[in-house]
Amino acid sequence: MSKFHFIKNKKVTLTIIAVVLLVGLASFFIRGFNIDIDFSGGTEIQIDLGTEVTKEVCDNINDIIADKIGSDYVSSTTKSTANSFVAIIRTGTAALDTEQQATLENALVEAYPKTNVDNIELTTIQPTIGASLTKKAILAVSIAVLLMLAYIWFRFELNSGIAAVACLAHDLFVMLAIYSLFQIPINSNIIAAFLTILGYSINATIIVFDRVRENKKLDGGKSEFGEVVNGAVHDTLARSINTTITTLLTIGLIYILGVDTIKDFALPLIIGILAGLFSSVFLSGMLWDSLNKVIKPKAEKKAK
Amino acid sequence: MNYSRASGIARFVLLLLAIVFVCASAICGVYINDDTKLNGIFEDGTIRLGLDLAGGSVVTFQAETDDTGETLDVGMDSVQTVMRDRLDNQGLTEALCYRTGDDMITIEIPDVDDPNEAIENYMQTAVLEFRDANGKVVLTGEHVETATPARAPAEDGTQQLCVQLKLTDAGATLFADATKTAAANGTTIGIYMDNNLISNPSVDKQYASTGITGGEAIISGSFTEFAEVQQLAGNINAGALKYDLKVVEQRTVGATLGENSLSTSVIAGAIGLLLVIVFMCIYYKVPGVMASISLALYVGLFFFLLIITQANLTLAGIAGVVLSIGMAVDANVVIFERIKEEIDMGKSAKAAINGGFKRAFAAILDSNITTIIACAVLYFLGSGTIKGFATTLFMGVVISLITALVITRALLYLCVAMGITKPESYRAIGRRAK
Repeated sequence: MSKFHFIKNKKVTLTIIAVVLLVGLASFFIRGFNIDIDFSGGTEIQIDLGTEVTKEVCDNINDIIADKIGSDYVSSTTKSTANSFVAIIRTGTAALDTEQQATLENALVEAYPKTNVDNIELTTIQPTIGASLTKKAILAVSIAVLLMLAYIWFRFELNSGIAAVACLAHDLFVMLAIYSLFQIPINSNIIAAFLTILGYSINATIIVFDRVRENKKLDGGKSEFGEVVNGAVHDTLARSINTTITTLLTIGLIYILGVDTIKDFALPLIIGILAGLFSSVFLSGMLWDSLNKVIKPKAEKKAK
Repeated sequence: MNYSRASGIARFVLLLLAIVFVCASAICGVYINDDTKLNGIFEDGTIRLGLDLAGGSVVTFQAETDDTGETLDVGMDSVQTVMRDRLDNQGLTEALCYRTGDDMITIEIPDVDDPNEAIENYMQTAVLEFRDANGKVVLTGEHVETATPARAPAEDGTQQLCVQLKLTDAGATLFADATKTAAANGTTIGIYMDNNLISNPSVDKQYASTGITGGEAIISGSFTEFAEVQQLAGNINAGALKYDLKVVEQRTVGATLGENSLSTSVIAGAIGLLLVIVFMCIYYKVPGVMASISLALYVGLFFFLLIITQANLTLAGIAGVVLSIGMAVDANVVIFERIKEEIDMGKSAKAAINGGFKRAFAAILDSNITTIIACAVLYFLGSGTIKGFATTLFMGVVISLITALVITRALLYLCVAMGITKPESYRAIGRRAK
């Protein structure tokens, strides 16, 4: 079997990306995002009612909220996937104050006497806080990307920096698509997930680029840049795959064994790691090569 | 067996023992004497667990005020003092209280019976009241401009701890009237904070005709430590605050929910670690085994750092730890692939190890610096759980660099010294380069 040529088979890579892009965008428009109250504001209560949470129970709870607090506060009541006795109650973007919370709790205890009030999970966030978190999240990701671009520019060249950032954009897009497709709640953890993948993916890309840099020097300008890149990707392929395996072994177990909130955090990470593997192997070198054809890199630095 | 081989084995065993010692003490704790000791990682209370694991409430209050700049800054500091004070008074010394943003303050309280009631309590503005002998309020916190902790000479010549009050003009008049009455009747003026008597000073007879004028008063009492007057002054200053607080963010997590997520994450981490070790040993042979030993040290050192830095471990933080285990072997993987290439070029085991480390260094450095950049951004811009995640990820990157570049390398050279010199033993599985 002859080796896959990552530069000559550009079309394969681009087709895969086009499909991912289409699926992702379709999901953004059709399914949208499940924005958690971290960003939207509102109150979420997880409470063990001590009884099976059925459709009737959910409707009844919504009625209780409408009755005791106000119909403006009715948003959704669902059954927890982890524990069928636990109801997840959400008010819209209107947050409950402590008094309203107490009213609701008492009403629930009255309706469902086996309710366990000692083990209640409650989150209340005013919409203003959510807006400032969104701003912070975008700021954090942008600053991290800019700093990384600057670092790669400094250590390699501008074209490689742009290629690396394009890979990052690809990985983050894939993660967002997963958030949308699986309707994973978008909460403050998404910032940590994004930045982890940012670090992980750029890490993988740099290993490839480092090899390109080295092989180019060894080659001494005899071969075409595309050939050098293809060779470097193959040279680092075992590393790319093995590191992905070891990382997936740990984060995968977290996903399999973890509780709901952890699963919601682990799944995008797993997908992001896989996207990072794909982008560093198929996309990074190919883009660098293509960019070099469009924007000629500055006069080759003389090897020291 | 020749001498150098024996010395290689001896050094290898010593290094191994040292690694076992580090891991064992991280798990079981270190005890030198009562002042110099570290608890084991799994002992209760060693690691500060975030609220999402330990259960409890985290509440952020926002001040409803038009103040800005320094005025707001000073105001919020005193709000923090009151909060801290109230938490301590309730015995919640473990609770955290910190400012978030210009006009916000966050408190983290452990699992309490009725978090809502507790929160209502913290939201009340601290009310300072001066009451006369009949319990009538003669002066409130609004009449106090500033309170400062101080030392003043007492009648017997010793330095006495006290709180100096500077009153507003209106306060000065009221205070003069009240002290006049108190001095004449020989009664006291009680100073109450939220209805609790904090000091009950008497007024000297000499003021019976005029009262204490000048708008300054001194509260002396049975203070024994400067901290006491400091706290009292802080309370009084805080009592003079007029900010109303509203809850902008509240998270309450039941303790059992947290316990479950902690234990499953720990189990997941342990199994994941084991799988990584099995994979490394099979795929990378001798270097893989050495990397696994390094990985054990990595985990031990990580535990130590968590213990020493008193890191606040959240669920996302644990995910960061576990993820970093997987990533920690990356540096080793990069090096071992290089060693394989060197061996395929016909080099001896020792030369291949040397070349492998040398040629992998630039790639490892560049790739880890970018991860550190991400950590730094997270740390400085993130809050709460995100900060915890950034801290653990950063520690993971640094320790993994040390263990991969220093420990694995030392172990590999010792393997050669012990007589494992067949290059094939160091060659990763995989096709031979042409």
